[in-house]
Amino acid sequence: MYEIITTISKWMLPCLVIFIPLYALIRKVPIYESFIEGAKEGFPTAIQIIPHLVGMMVAVAIFRDSGAMQFYLQFLKPVAHWFHIPDEVLPIGLLRPISGTGSLAFVESILRTYGPDSFIGKVASTIQASTDTTLYVITVYFGAVGIKRSMYALKVGLWADLAGFIFSLIFCSLVFL
Amino acid sequence: MINYIWLFMIASGVTAAALQGRIDLVTTAALTGAKEAVAVCIGLISILVFWLGMMHIAKDAGLLEKLAKLLRPVAKLLFPTVPQDHPAMGYILSNMSANLFGLGNAATPMGIKAMEELQKLNPNPTIATPAMCTLLALNTSGLTLIPTTIIGIRMKYESVDPTDIIGPTLLATFCATTFAVLLDRYYQYRTWNK
Repeated sequence: MYEIITTISKWMLPCLVIFIPLYALIRKVPIYESFIEGAKEGFPTAIQIIPHLVGMMVAVAIFRDSGAMQFYLQFLKPVAHWFHIPDEVLPIGLLRPISGTGSLAFVESILRTYGPDSFIGKVASTIQASTDTTLYVITVYFGAVGIKRSMYALKVGLWADLAGFIFSLIFCSLVFL
Repeated sequence: MINYIWLFMIASGVTAAALQGRIDLVTTAALTGAKEAVAVCIGLISILVFWLGMMHIAKDAGLLEKLAKLLRPVAKLLFPTVPQDHPAMGYILSNMSANLFGLGNAATPMGIKAMEELQKLNPNPTIATPAMCTLLALNTSGLTLIPTTIIGIRMKYESVDPTDIIGPTLLATFCATTFAVLLDRYYQYRTWNK
């Protein structure tokens, strides 16, 4: 099953890159001009995102690197023990929604210390893989079109991250223990 | 809410650094954060330029409309507020397909394009619409069939079976996404049906 999906994934991009222009040319679209027309928007869009992303990532970096995060983790530990959650995966759960590279660093350190095939290594991998960096996604998507009030989108994203964390623990326990 | 989270992260960071007598940590962190953010945006330029070009061809050829027509039942269920033939639908569905098949790079430009189209339907361009929130719920919950990045990392640390986490990952991400969509519906109802 995995082989089939990875093969599809590997072939997807090359196939799209040939299929789209080929189909368009048959439909008599001036493909090269059309490509340039669309590609023009890429640069301003990326530039538009910069202020939003700088604002967000500065705050995340200060929170992460100053020791504030470790401080809050202390309070979460008793709660985690209550639910039999391994201590080591807590920082991943806390960092995952705000910084993808930050939580990945913790996953790597777990894989290095406990090995990728240990239970805790598998839990860490699953948590990292089963959800996305909510803060980054919201900042980029809303930043690109200039939305200032994100309504409840952040709340939904963060709850979904917590759900992903809990479901990862549950399914890993069921499958690997 | 974002204002509070932002202030909370900065204020608690500064306090923590000050209490440890290492206020210099804040200065370094602020500069690292800003540098990382600009690097991410610069990295986005190439991806955006390439994929927005490709998507424009697809749009001119009528491919996006085709995709939207094909997946109409799903779209109708998830995005009842968007007119069925609106170009946003094509972009939303390409964004979802790219995510599912692990083409993370392509998913971002398509999602941004979808946002731009949804913005055209928005009566108040600074406030997010229900459809925008649903699109974000789908993207933040990270629904994917193949977690490529993490499998690569597990291989790097010489896992005997780097792919054995796919099962639980799929189950977890599917449940989290379902939860996100339901929660999004609930808030949507609460916010706009008062």
